[in-house]
Amino acid sequence: MSVEVQDPSANSQAAAKSDIIVRRRLLSDRLQLIALSLGPLVAAILVASLILIAMGVDPVAYYTYIVNRGLLSPSGIEATLTRMGPLLLIAAGLIVAFRAGIWNLGGDAQFLLGAVVVAALAPVLTAYMPVWLVLIVTLIVGAIIGALWSLVPALLRARQGVNEIITTMMMSFLGISLSNVLVKIFFLDPATNVPQTRTLPVEDRLPRLFDTTISSGVLIGLVAILVVHYVMAKTAFGLKLRIVGANAKAAVHAGLSVSALTIGVFAISAGFSGLSGAIAVLGQYGNVRADWNPAYTLTIVPLVFLARFNGFATIAYVFLFSVLSIGSESAARRLGVPNYFTLVTMAILLILLGITEMLDQKRRESRRT
Amino acid sequence: MTLSSQPADDAKPLVSLKSITKRFPGIVANDSISIDFFPGEVHVLLGENGAGKSTLVSMLSGLQQPSEGSIMVDGTEMPIASPQKALALGIGTVFQHSMLVPSLTLTDNVNLGGAWWKTPDREAIATRMEETARSIGVEVNPTAITSSLSLGEQQQAEIVRALMRGSRFLILDEATAMLTPKDAEKLGQLMRRLVAQGLAVIFITHKLNEAVAYGDRISVLRLGRKVGALGPDELKSLGPEAATKEIIRLMFGSNGNQAAVTAKADGAMRPRINGAGTGAAPVLEILALEVDDDSVPVSGIELKIGAGEIVGIAGIDGNGQKQLAEALAGQRPVKNGRIYLDGQPIEDLPIGARRHRGLRYVTDDRLGEGTVGAFPVSINLLLKQIGEAPFWRSGIEQGGAIADNARKQVKDYDIRTPDIETPAGKLSGGNIQKLLLARELTGSARAVIFAKPTYGLDLNNIAASRRRIREAADGGKAVIVLSTELDELIELSDRIAVMSQGRIVGIVENDGDARQKIGEFMSGVAA
Repeated sequence: MSVEVQDPSANSQAAAKSDIIVRRRLLSDRLQLIALSLGPLVAAILVASLILIAMGVDPVAYYTYIVNRGLLSPSGIEATLTRMGPLLLIAAGLIVAFRAGIWNLGGDAQFLLGAVVVAALAPVLTAYMPVWLVLIVTLIVGAIIGALWSLVPALLRARQGVNEIITTMMMSFLGISLSNVLVKIFFLDPATNVPQTRTLPVEDRLPRLFDTTISSGVLIGLVAILVVHYVMAKTAFGLKLRIVGANAKAAVHAGLSVSALTIGVFAISAGFSGLSGAIAVLGQYGNVRADWNPAYTLTIVPLVFLARFNGFATIAYVFLFSVLSIGSESAARRLGVPNYFTLVTMAILLILLGITEMLDQKRRESRRT
Repeated sequence: MTLSSQPADDAKPLVSLKSITKRFPGIVANDSISIDFFPGEVHVLLGENGAGKSTLVSMLSGLQQPSEGSIMVDGTEMPIASPQKALALGIGTVFQHSMLVPSLTLTDNVNLGGAWWKTPDREAIATRMEETARSIGVEVNPTAITSSLSLGEQQQAEIVRALMRGSRFLILDEATAMLTPKDAEKLGQLMRRLVAQGLAVIFITHKLNEAVAYGDRISVLRLGRKVGALGPDELKSLGPEAATKEIIRLMFGSNGNQAAVTAKADGAMRPRINGAGTGAAPVLEILALEVDDDSVPVSGIELKIGAGEIVGIAGIDGNGQKQLAEALAGQRPVKNGRIYLDGQPIEDLPIGARRHRGLRYVTDDRLGEGTVGAFPVSINLLLKQIGEAPFWRSGIEQGGAIADNARKQVKDYDIRTPDIETPAGKLSGGNIQKLLLARELTGSARAVIFAKPTYGLDLNNIAASRRRIREAADGGKAVIVLSTELDELIELSDRIAVMSQGRIVGIVENDGDARQKIGEFMSGVAA
């Protein structure tokens, strides 16, 4: 009898103890995660600084300038936040695709075609509709155009199992050329000599936030990322996509319609890219010039990887990237360091993160044995 | 344990395995195996898929290291740390699938692995290749592009390449599996010529007739153990027919570790609850089923399974069992024929709808398709119910209901897991199987298909899995058990169908001499 009485309390004590241990482990895991994310960032800036020194530029001056211009000056932070809108939308699309194991790398064309069609359509529609309706219609049109441009790779992947990395990139070349053709021939603004579409008047664009020049596109981008994060983590649909990505055979075994889900993923991912193009035009540029291709997708891909497909981490990295790229655009003019140096910093960061992860894995393995 | 006699002369073994054990997470692939390989002999390693043959080969060829035990070469202990080391010791391996580069000529394939900074002397290589080939009585064309050759010719070239690298110990891993019967016979003759030159040949196969025809010595593996062997003297004295029978007894007989599991106490056979002959409508009825497949098309399957009945499907692995199970579950299109569940046709329904009607499939590919290894146990338990209430409402995950379900299943099915959030891939093989059983047997199951339900499990988990199968039938479900373990089928089934080359070649009542009859169907004697 007495044993039976003692047992539960001993159990609960042991349980409490193990609970504490688990919590401690969770805490140290979190600290480690932060160290693993920040360490490489510091190291990347150090390595990039060495390259700057080799180029004859003072790295302290360079980075101070970038932080001042991209983050601390009012016009800089406004430009940074405005730029984040389209980038976040592209990132949202990439998260959906990558989590489902689909490598949609055709985002540049999906973005550009969305942008071009919206740029051509919006000025026409303003004659017939109130501005708010024009904005809603054109945002939807942008998303649909992006999604349509992924239809061929989606069908090829779903029906024939053709590798989408190749097909989306090929469709990207075609799409970028097609958007140039559209701008130069069909949607040309007759009023200017520069080959570009008609410019949307500022009052017909996406509303600005408060009294600043920040476009509300950044809000749409933030909402998109958070919704994607929630859907992937907490809904049946997101779980199905993750299963297709983690183990396609298990998805078939469990009775999921892998081909329908695949086409759905392409549509969502490319739809976000098209929407991103629409937001870039409606919130920022107001028109599309011929030969314009910011190639956002291929710069966002590594960021999404750095964030390990996590929505919040993606927001952080996109913010960092925007600060660097806005700042470096000013630095290019002032200090003679080319714009592309942002990409060098980011690439070094990506490589260092990969190395950190490899070392971490080795350390964990050696601890286990 | 061993029936092998010492070789007639005092020949020393070229390679010896001493109590080799190889463990993988959740599975013991090789369990304390000791085998001697002698020069001048074709030594056949015979066993079903999963018996541990490939693991043994991978250790001999330096791809993997044993967990315990040692390998002796020429009488001295010699760890084979890498494939390079294996080659240096004279151990050459020819795998089932060609290891030649299809776009290169044979000469260039031979030169692979040579020093990269030297221009290969193609003519010298070609001459040497032709000489080597001639010495073993085959012809090769060194300048031929590999992909233009038949599989049999490619294999000959691989053997020649192995000899050119100084192999004196040649492992042919399932070498006849991909060959036409004629090419397989040629390979058999080639093996005889090789051993006549004093080489040791290890020939791995699961085909009995080849083992008896070409082997000097046969070791039978089963569930990772060596369950018996026949030496040259016994093979000679028995003659092909008696030897075949003896091997069948070893491969499927009850003298292995299975005896411990077989529930002798409650009789070797289940009492009949509701036999097929009671006149009640069958729960699952399969009519003239045909399934397309590149390697083993399935056709002419006719089966009726009543409530509470267990029908076993016996056969050597790879005779259409997997194709049949997948077609029944809906993972593979049915080409022709009908499947009725409770009188309703289901052959055109998708997987999910079949499950809703009560058809369940416990796959043998537990990690490959049964679970998503990186996902938690709790989600894997609901893998086939995603989006269904009460676990999801309006598509939103209900963490509480999912956790409750997981805790209940973990308790009911005794799934040993640190936590319901533990990734399923971290569990042992036996516990992953329990997870699958929990998922498939709960709810309103009507008919359950078990594919190799105890494959790769340890004794306790084997017993637990078999108990679940019996309980499912006792609960009035129609049960199909596909297994390559004859003992298992005899222990569980009411009737046993034998599959061979995609067809059911016979169905026997599970009575006293079922084992004998099944053996005959399997070896094709009664076909």
